[in-house]
Amino acid sequence: MEIKPRILIAKPGLDGHDRGAKVVARALRDAGMEVIYTGLRQTPEMIVESALQEDADAIGLSILSGAHLPLVARIMELLTENEMDDVPVFLGGIIPPDDIPTLQGMGVAGIFGPGASTQEIVHFINDTLAAAQGDRAV
Amino acid sequence: MNELIAGVLDGRARAIARLLTLVENSESAAETAVTALYPHTGQAHIIGITGPPGSGKSTLVNEIAKRLRQQGQRVGILAIDPSSPFTGGALLGDRVRMRDLAGDSGVFIRSMASRGSLGGLAQATWAAIKVLDAAGFAKILVETVGAGQAEVDIARAAHTTLVVEAPGMGDDVQAFKAGILEIADILVVNKADRPGSERVVRSLELMLHLGPMGGTRHHGRILTATIPAANGTSSGWQIPVLPATASEGRGTAELVTQIQQHLAHLQMSGEWQEREQERCRHELRQLLQMRLLARLDTAVSQNEQDALVTAVAAREIDPYTAVRQLLNHFPANHEVSGKSASTT
Repeated sequence: MEIKPRILIAKPGLDGHDRGAKVVARALRDAGMEVIYTGLRQTPEMIVESALQEDADAIGLSILSGAHLPLVARIMELLTENEMDDVPVFLGGIIPPDDIPTLQGMGVAGIFGPGASTQEIVHFINDTLAAAQGDRAV
Repeated sequence: MNELIAGVLDGRARAIARLLTLVENSESAAETAVTALYPHTGQAHIIGITGPPGSGKSTLVNEIAKRLRQQGQRVGILAIDPSSPFTGGALLGDRVRMRDLAGDSGVFIRSMASRGSLGGLAQATWAAIKVLDAAGFAKILVETVGAGQAEVDIARAAHTTLVVEAPGMGDDVQAFKAGILEIADILVVNKADRPGSERVVRSLELMLHLGPMGGTRHHGRILTATIPAANGTSSGWQIPVLPATASEGRGTAELVTQIQQHLAHLQMSGEWQEREQERCRHELRQLLQMRLLARLDTAVSQNEQDALVTAVAAREIDPYTAVRQLLNHFPANHEVSGKSASTT
């Protein structure tokens, strides 16, 4: 049996545009990952609960509503509460450059705006998970 | 591992999630986990939900789980979706339809990729069911990969099997074919608000010989027929055909009542024990098959196996001869003794 990365893809908040999330989900699937796709309009609580039950290795969020700061803050808080701070979170959508340092400060591992290639995201996940595995092995 | 097992027995979500991953990823972890958990299993009512892709299985699971929660039962859900035969990747999308269950600590949902299994379940599904059983979930709903006609493994894994059909998927000859329809304990015609659903219900009832006269009418004569139950025993359970519109929650109360009645039937008729016996027999044979193949792989190198495959493909030898040669690597069982080992 081979170990497959399990990646949760979710859309928190109220915007209804899920094409980006689907494109990323599909790209990760084609890269041999197991993608748990949870769909639109997820609350931070739903996302963290799903990640916990699915034992996700990483969480990808797509946000275009502009509400990324409060949503991400709440998700990171819930991850800490559930002792899941070791699960890397990456972000896609419309994120103003000024907010990037704040999000990184909250612990977001990767941010991919419009124009990022799916290859870039696949590499990012593989590298991040490999590094995490290395840390655990040490 | 011990800590995780204790956590599972306590019903802690994180421990359940972690152990499910281990069981899915490693056969030896599955062995350790199942060995430790097995004495705590056997309590859960395992309910299988199968049917073609798009027939509404996930939506139905969502509704069934909601009703069971109203009755105060803890519900575990295993939702299986297919893995790509080319990349091994998978898109597991069943949770999209189960959002009503979010935030309820009495429900645990886990998506599983089929990882090359062809029977509608994943290989690890059997072990995963035991993890949820030991964690104290009274009802375990197992949703299969979208199934066509022959993916019938679920009937061996579950106590109660629901086959979900929807209108618009073929004429009534489909209802007479062997395979998936035969494994149903309960038949659900979902999307009953769509045109043609009454016809599907009627074809299925006809197939079951449950026409209005209690038998099939042909040239005015009533032909009665006894049909054996799916597992070959004549159980006396009358398979209901239930219309439902899961997206609106219609028909699902009756469905849950029938699920409970089927459980009562299994317990009162003694069929519960028979099904458990069949479940265990099937599981043992599957494990045995897996282990014997693994043993072959250690006895015969990959190169040697490849050479045989090439010879068969080149029509140098036939497949039966090739298998005989492979089996020669195993001593016939009565010759396995210290003596034969010392000659090597």
